[in-house]
Amino acid sequence: MILRLIPVVVIAILVLPVLAGLILALLPAFGYLPVLGGEQLTLEPWLRLFASPGIWRSVGVSYATALVTTGLSLLIVFCFLAAVGARQSGRWSLDSWLRRLVSPLLSVPHAAAAFGFAFLIMPSGLLTRWISPGLTGWERPPDLLIVHDSLGLSLMAGLVMKEVPFLLLMSLAALPQVNAGQRVIMARSLGYRPGVAWLKVVAPALYPLIRLPVYAVLAFASSTVDVAMILGPTLPPTLSVQVVQWFNDPDLGTLYVASAGAIAQLLLTAAVLLNWWLFEQLASRLHALWVRRGHRSFADRSIRSFGRVTMSLVVLMAGLGFMALALNAFAGFWRFPAAWPASLSADAFFRALPTLQDPLLTTLVIAAAATILAVLLVIAALEREQRLGVAAPWALWLLYLPLLVPQIAFLSGITVSAEVIQSGPSLALVAAGHLLFVLPYVYLALAESYRRLDPRWSQLARSLGSSMNGVFWRVRLPLLLAPILTAAALGFAISISQYLPTRLLGAGRITTVTTEAVALAAGGDRRLIGIWSLVQALLPFVGFAVAIALPGLIWRNRRGMREIQ
Amino acid sequence: MKAHELHLQQVRLCLQDKLLLALDASLAGGEVLTIMGPSGSGKSTLLAHVAGFLPPAFRASGKVMLDDEDITSVSAERSGVGLLFQDPLLFPHLSVAGNLRFGLVPGHPKPQMRVEQALAEIGLSGFGSRDPETLSGGQRARVSLMRLLLSEPRAVLLDEPFSKLDRSLRAEMRQLVFEHLTSRGLPTILVTHDHEDAEAARGRVIELF
Repeated sequence: MILRLIPVVVIAILVLPVLAGLILALLPAFGYLPVLGGEQLTLEPWLRLFASPGIWRSVGVSYATALVTTGLSLLIVFCFLAAVGARQSGRWSLDSWLRRLVSPLLSVPHAAAAFGFAFLIMPSGLLTRWISPGLTGWERPPDLLIVHDSLGLSLMAGLVMKEVPFLLLMSLAALPQVNAGQRVIMARSLGYRPGVAWLKVVAPALYPLIRLPVYAVLAFASSTVDVAMILGPTLPPTLSVQVVQWFNDPDLGTLYVASAGAIAQLLLTAAVLLNWWLFEQLASRLHALWVRRGHRSFADRSIRSFGRVTMSLVVLMAGLGFMALALNAFAGFWRFPAAWPASLSADAFFRALPTLQDPLLTTLVIAAAATILAVLLVIAALEREQRLGVAAPWALWLLYLPLLVPQIAFLSGITVSAEVIQSGPSLALVAAGHLLFVLPYVYLALAESYRRLDPRWSQLARSLGSSMNGVFWRVRLPLLLAPILTAAALGFAISISQYLPTRLLGAGRITTVTTEAVALAAGGDRRLIGIWSLVQALLPFVGFAVAIALPGLIWRNRRGMREIQ
Repeated sequence: MKAHELHLQQVRLCLQDKLLLALDASLAGGEVLTIMGPSGSGKSTLLAHVAGFLPPAFRASGKVMLDDEDITSVSAERSGVGLLFQDPLLFPHLSVAGNLRFGLVPGHPKPQMRVEQALAEIGLSGFGSRDPETLSGGQRARVSLMRLLLSEPRAVLLDEPFSKLDRSLRAEMRQLVFEHLTSRGLPTILVTHDHEDAEAARGRVIELF
């Protein structure tokens, strides 16, 4: 029976490329690459790595970015939840609006969000324009290094903007499991103020449930390439960007030091995770101490306002960033201190259209292939779980593996060997690479709905004479159509946002909307960047719109279908 | 119509080596066996076992015989045991007729006509294309019963089937269900909290503790 083999297939898809890629990167990192004449193990690549100028600064920035970004994002999410989790909020309150705006935020690709943020904060960006010259007296853009600042502050801010929605959604999904409402009520009846109550009794139960997503954020922030290219420091850049630059070097001899760098990135991310784990231990001790002291209202008001204000700021900045993208894409003549462009025109857009066509098609083909495969595999795995009545307990850690190991570390190994055996870039290889990152998200999105479906539906159908397969096709699939489409839309969005897998596995010769947009960053043509990022940001929305509209259309005469999510 | 027989031969259900329930009973065609008892006494587990959905955590011994056939380990769709739950559980993605059609045994020469006839039998002629969500509670319960009957079961399990209906409907549905089941000669196990159900069933009553 094919279904029985599914876990093995899923493991093979998720684990083998990661392990193989790491080994394939490890060998050239120690000088072994027979095709290029490297037949002896040597430490030479590492010596060159440590001797390259600015390398420790690159390492430091990557390290700090990961810890600061994750710490700040988590702080914002927890303080916001402490502010809203304490009470029932009205349907149209600020809190419920923020919650609703967060999920579309999550679907905006990292690169597009980063460009939007850059267009806001750069010296000639939207924010400076709005306060100039009135407040600042600036008649021309100030000579400040805001974007690409050497400490990586704008990189951290840009990442926080994307990671807060992710952690918030993960927390909201986990909250029902910890009985947050009852816990808070109990603590409040003992005299604790609502925000303090949430942090003291809900937070410690919630954190273990979102630990893996937090680790994924750490790994991502320590190794992101596209966001760091757009917002991060340049001389030297973050470690991940530096490694990619080495891989792109036409001199093949640089492959050795690049591979050493890829392994260094792996070690760096591991160190970041270890460091975070130490923080966790410390935080849990301090938290226990804080709880034992029994303060009822310590800083309650500040905690809650901090949560609300920062969360509003995140949503506001993301929204303004999106607007900045659109403004830049359609701006006519736009002199510096002017707050708005003198005119709007779609000329540039129509001129860019012919060049957009091919990359757009490539993007869609890759995303569709990866998403369809991922959805089929995930449904098969969940269906198997339903029929056997058991879930593989280690599955969750394996799912997160491609999200915890830095992309550059294992993708580079695969790329080098693909290059060496001259397989050439192929859409299939790129789509397979995307599958690695699409599959985990599709699984996480669908598993809950699949497991929650009332088991009586299938029992009833079987007692009426349907076989297992009949139940699947005639009952489970139609009932779960909406969640399946939503999971597919998420997978689609994840594929759209992938930069490095496309860049590396496509050997720079497969162009998607995303690789093109990031490549434009260096050129600095804001109109073009605006157009490409806008297209990139809108694609996931189209996916989600279809996922919402289609079930509504198919089941328009079936009121009972609206309750199943 | 040929009457069927259901025999539970020394059925014992255990959860982690703890005996939940032991039962030995024979049901003639059209006979209703009522099982009463508090939650946790194992009555739902018994139904799950007979229907073929016993969760893996439980262990069962003994035999379930239906018309001389041992159905203890026959898969649920082949055992010929039908189920009626607390909720009517009409498939929300199918029309009323679609739900009946789902129950109808395959290979019927004129399925459409049979479905129409079935609708007429429960006083719902012309309701075939309706969304089940637009039916009243009583109408849904009747469709649910008819769907069960169309699948031509040889024995039926009732899991508190009337507990969610309001009082006036309850008596009516009881009568309808038992009338159809006994007239078809179906041995029936009824699990309930309600003594009135047990009285209406007019069969033996087993109380579990």
